[in-house]
Amino acid sequence: MNIELLANLSYIVSAALFIFGLKMLGSPATARRGNMFSSLGMLIAVVAGLTAEGIVSYEYIAGGMVIGTIIGALAARLVGMTSMPEMVALFNGSGGAASLLVGWATLYGGSIETFTAVTILLAILIGGLTFTGSLIAYAKLAEVMNSAAIVFKGQRFVNSLLLAGIVYAAYMFCLDPQADSQWLYITLGLALLLGVMAVIPIGGADMPVVISLLNSYSGIAACAAGFAINNNILIVAGSLVGASGIILTNIMCKAMNRSLANVLFSGFGAVKQGKAIEGEVKPVSVEDAYYLFEAASNVCFVPGYGMAVAQAQHVVKELGEILEANGCEVSYAIHPVAGRMPGHMNVLLAEADVPYEQLVEMDDINPRIENVDIAVVIGANDVVNPSAREDEDSPIYGMPIINVDKARTVFVLKRSMASGFSGVDNPLFFGENTRMLFGDAKESISGVISEFG
Amino acid sequence: MEIVFLIFILVLSIFLGFELISKVPATLHTPLMSGANAISGITLAGAFLAAGMVDNEMGKYLGTAAVAFATINVVGGYMVTDRMLGMFKSKKAGGK
Repeated sequence: MNIELLANLSYIVSAALFIFGLKMLGSPATARRGNMFSSLGMLIAVVAGLTAEGIVSYEYIAGGMVIGTIIGALAARLVGMTSMPEMVALFNGSGGAASLLVGWATLYGGSIETFTAVTILLAILIGGLTFTGSLIAYAKLAEVMNSAAIVFKGQRFVNSLLLAGIVYAAYMFCLDPQADSQWLYITLGLALLLGVMAVIPIGGADMPVVISLLNSYSGIAACAAGFAINNNILIVAGSLVGASGIILTNIMCKAMNRSLANVLFSGFGAVKQGKAIEGEVKPVSVEDAYYLFEAASNVCFVPGYGMAVAQAQHVVKELGEILEANGCEVSYAIHPVAGRMPGHMNVLLAEADVPYEQLVEMDDINPRIENVDIAVVIGANDVVNPSAREDEDSPIYGMPIINVDKARTVFVLKRSMASGFSGVDNPLFFGENTRMLFGDAKESISGVISEFG
Repeated sequence: MEIVFLIFILVLSIFLGFELISKVPATLHTPLMSGANAISGITLAGAFLAAGMVDNEMGKYLGTAAVAFATINVVGGYMVTDRMLGMFKSKKAGGK
């Protein structure tokens, strides 16, 4: 049996393991083992890749792998759960960069057919825009740069021009595909620029969409690289990742009641303000909050990005435990776009040892929200804003929300009366059954806990 | 003919991907993304070819950089996913 056949057979095994691994991600109980299977598949693919014909020197490969392993392992160990979105953004970017470089390096492999040239170019293009786009997404998430949408006059015109430029340069390159073609460098430069331009008009709260989309791009880029070098494991794995990113993107868009085009092209400006809200804000003291908690038999926490900022997940869990010991039913309702990436809140609460059975989705909690004695809103705003349901003039009208205003009592933990990311006022704060617990979420909850003590 | 064959694989994998991923619950979306990051590090298998070439300096450097980037994805992606999934505990398992 020759070695190439053996390598290809191994690829089938690793593809099967990837698929199996993803299938096991269907439940938290099996997910960890699924990840093991997936990594075993990767190990097999890597070993098979190393036997490929044409590899003569292993020094450079070894060097690259050592560098990558050190960086990857350190990053994976050191990152805090709160910064997971930044981490995923950087990983997306690094995946894009790898595909770009593979495509580019393939040009030095000898003469190239037109079809290969097209796929190489696609790998460079998609990889390039994933790379810079992810860096910008990272900068916004890490607040290295302002996370608000950056929009300027004629932005669409500039972007269309950029796109036209890429198509032209790509066409010129494919006419005469050479590694030292000037058109290659122009395409590469424009692709990198496009990544920047595509992400700057997207604001902080839309980040779950962008991260999912870039995740998808990194898979598609790997797919294109697979076509460029005629390797089917790259195509299979790349399209699995691509499909995963697209599904997540779709879920995120639905959860905001916006189309993908709307998220990508129209920086969420507070263009029109809904009805002015009248009413009185009713603050509550930690002590009074305690009495209500003490008497409650069903409490539901609704976390948002503010919980991540305040690092309040551990005290929230502690309060949850005390309430449970007090005979109260406790759940955590999580809106799909709460936080800065899909599933962000779930990971934070899991880190704080909240059992996953208590993490419930929006569609599960809404039908029984009337039975909730106290809904505790921690650092969430737009995802619990009743305007989305009632006020047709509101910019977020139509977005599905967690109907906390229908709970018997709502506690809103908030630093001040500032509005949420979308800049829309929230009538929830003025509601009849709403009590505002002003101050740092972590301190407020610790305060309630010590009352119990 | 080879192109048709590759596209055939592509189309089937996309359908498979949609089927698989739509069954992943929202709770696991973050580990799903980081796990997908790890899988997209499969580019590594392609990067070996480029980095192992001797006849061209430039191609070799690009390939080596590709190996490094893809390894970050593979190692970092799997490790961080494992770390995250280790935190998801069931009530029965007595998550303390």
